[in-house]
Amino acid sequence: METKQPLGGRVLTGPFVFFLILVLIGAYFAAKRFTLGIGAVSNMNDGYPWGIWIALDVVIGTALACGGYTMALLTYAFNRGEYHPLVRPALLTSLFGYSLAGISVMIDIGRYWQAYNIILPWHSNLHSVMFEVALCIGAYCLVLWIEFAPALLEKMKADRLLKKLNRVLLIFIALGILLPTMHQSSLGTMMLMAGYKLSPLWRTAFLPLLFLLTALIIGFAVVIYESLFSSVTHRLPLETTILSKLATVTFWCVLLFMVIRIEDVNLRGYLPLAFDGSLVSNMFLLENTFLLCGLFLLMYPGNRNCPKLLFLSASCLLIGGSLYRFNTYITGFDPGNGWQYFPSVGELCITFGIVAVEILGYMWCVKRLPIISVPQTS
Amino acid sequence: MKTNTFNGIKARLGGISRRDFMKYCSIMASSMGLSTGVAPQIAEAIADPAKRPPVIWLHGQECTGCTETLLRPSHPTLDALILDIISLDYHETLNVGAGHQAEAALQQSMKENAGKYVLVIEGAIPVKDNGIYCMIGGKTFLSMVEEAAAGAAAIIAIGSCAAWGGIPSADPNPTGATSAPVVLKGKTVVTIPGCPPNPYNFLSTVVYFLTFGKLPEIDEQGRPKFAYGRLIHENCERRPHFDAGRFAEKFGDDGHRQGWCLYKLGCKGPVTHANCPEILFNDVGGGTWPVGTGHPCFGCTEKGVGFNIPMFTQAEIQNPTPSAFKAPITADHPSPLTIQGAGLAGAAVGAIVGASAIAMKNLGSSSSSSDQSSKED
Repeated sequence: METKQPLGGRVLTGPFVFFLILVLIGAYFAAKRFTLGIGAVSNMNDGYPWGIWIALDVVIGTALACGGYTMALLTYAFNRGEYHPLVRPALLTSLFGYSLAGISVMIDIGRYWQAYNIILPWHSNLHSVMFEVALCIGAYCLVLWIEFAPALLEKMKADRLLKKLNRVLLIFIALGILLPTMHQSSLGTMMLMAGYKLSPLWRTAFLPLLFLLTALIIGFAVVIYESLFSSVTHRLPLETTILSKLATVTFWCVLLFMVIRIEDVNLRGYLPLAFDGSLVSNMFLLENTFLLCGLFLLMYPGNRNCPKLLFLSASCLLIGGSLYRFNTYITGFDPGNGWQYFPSVGELCITFGIVAVEILGYMWCVKRLPIISVPQTS
Repeated sequence: MKTNTFNGIKARLGGISRRDFMKYCSIMASSMGLSTGVAPQIAEAIADPAKRPPVIWLHGQECTGCTETLLRPSHPTLDALILDIISLDYHETLNVGAGHQAEAALQQSMKENAGKYVLVIEGAIPVKDNGIYCMIGGKTFLSMVEEAAAGAAAIIAIGSCAAWGGIPSADPNPTGATSAPVVLKGKTVVTIPGCPPNPYNFLSTVVYFLTFGKLPEIDEQGRPKFAYGRLIHENCERRPHFDAGRFAEKFGDDGHRQGWCLYKLGCKGPVTHANCPEILFNDVGGGTWPVGTGHPCFGCTEKGVGFNIPMFTQAEIQNPTPSAFKAPITADHPSPLTIQGAGLAGAAVGAIVGASAIAMKNLGSSSSSSDQSSKED
């Protein structure tokens, strides 16, 4: 029998201080952004109205935060109880990932003080993909906090409230599966609007499906990666048995994705474009190389039981999946008229700060809240 | 303008709402090419009863079209507004009194407001045979204009007739019809040519005078530059057809129906200075100006063009060769890639790869321990 318990230990470790410094640097630039405006810290321009704050923090960030979604999907929708130990840590990263994606959007949008209008139905633009994404992500953040609440309530020993919450938790778990399915595909739909500004290597009617699949792939891979990583750093026993099962599911997802992805480009006749040696086509090759590496590593059942190869394949899938999303939003996007974009120092520092907040939060939570399942030693 | 201040004058402005009034002032400012920030200043000037200038409006050789056009602006209660922001002391079309009574009012106003009133001249002035071809109350129009101009603070010649002669001055000009600037040589006369002129050009000039106490900048023909600074051709909505060589060849042909350029039908847009395509007429939206309705411009605001060059004669294009220095379609955008940015991004990628590599190395050594623990289970 396994129970979840705080890992304990000192919070203020070396890495913790390092990430704290990153957060402070990010906070400095965020303050600059809110006092002097976006132009003072960012290289975004009229050609590239979004930069890494959207591409990295939101589009990739929420995919990396899909661990909670994929685990809930497996455990509750497909009724695979054996994955239950992985749910709570995955939910924790999802919680931070999504909440901070929301904060990134607040930093990114020009008139953030108007943002509340999204939740006013009489101001809703029901024809906007952006609206769907905004509302969906906003709702999912809330759902994640409720899904995660039991961990906090256990810590606070609020048993009565916990009992009440457990009675209605099912609804929120269902919502927690529905909402990401909606908005993760919508993130792909959004780039359909870019039309011919998006390179034909990425521009396809399959964008919504491909984005949903990358959300699943990255969601599974991040659970594997994180579990192995925290086992090493916190010196916990490895959860290889569950992870190798998870890897099998991941394998089929990646296979489906790759078939659709490559066949789609091929059937539209744009595959030769991938070999013209430009930055865009090389990024396409790089992205797919990583995904194929991950796929081949997972193909052999033997590999799925080896923590080292499991970790390597998860890393490949994470990089490949993230690159797919990054390329769709930034590299493959050319607004024309000579516009260029590369993130500025301030922009990067804000993103680093946001990632650092996530890591700090995770570090603190696993030490102080009942998150990780530890086998009971007799 | 504060709501309290406005309420004091609301009745005088014909019950117009404060919002509409401020909107009107902003429109005035923008039609004069001023920033809308001037609107409050304009509002103060219009609302101040002490600033209401007496206006004396004289009619000579004309059709009263200019007066008619002034009644057209359909912004709420504009007629009330314009009759209230100025004190219209004498206007032959709008006078309530008639005969000697009206003439007495003119004389009284000129005496009381000497040096303060605005003189508006509508219509050409016949000068042949000492001006006997236009007599009002037993006086020649010529002598009336000269008398009124002597004590005027500002003189505005409205319409093509007053501005440069218009139809009355067309050949053979039997009455010696002459424009106000020529008759009143040595005095500054602001001209608002047009047949009829756009009422907003006149109103804007008056409001400018009210607000700033001086006349707007004018060109060598006395036309306010804010309204007559550019050729119609430059801002015409059909200009793209001209540039692309798509012309209506005959009235009612395919090109004419498609709304192509009217240059070959004799449009004088290329030689006529006016803001017709920008502010349009009658406040009813797009297309409400001569070219917009499919008729070539006949150059009413331009001396020597309207009523002088035959209507279907093609105009001389002033700049037949396109400029060699067009604004580039593609702009230069410097590369945003900086060493610091690239360094930071590289460092981040390196850190992630490094951390993963170390973790993987440790995984290799701990795999045996995991086997152990699974055996224990």
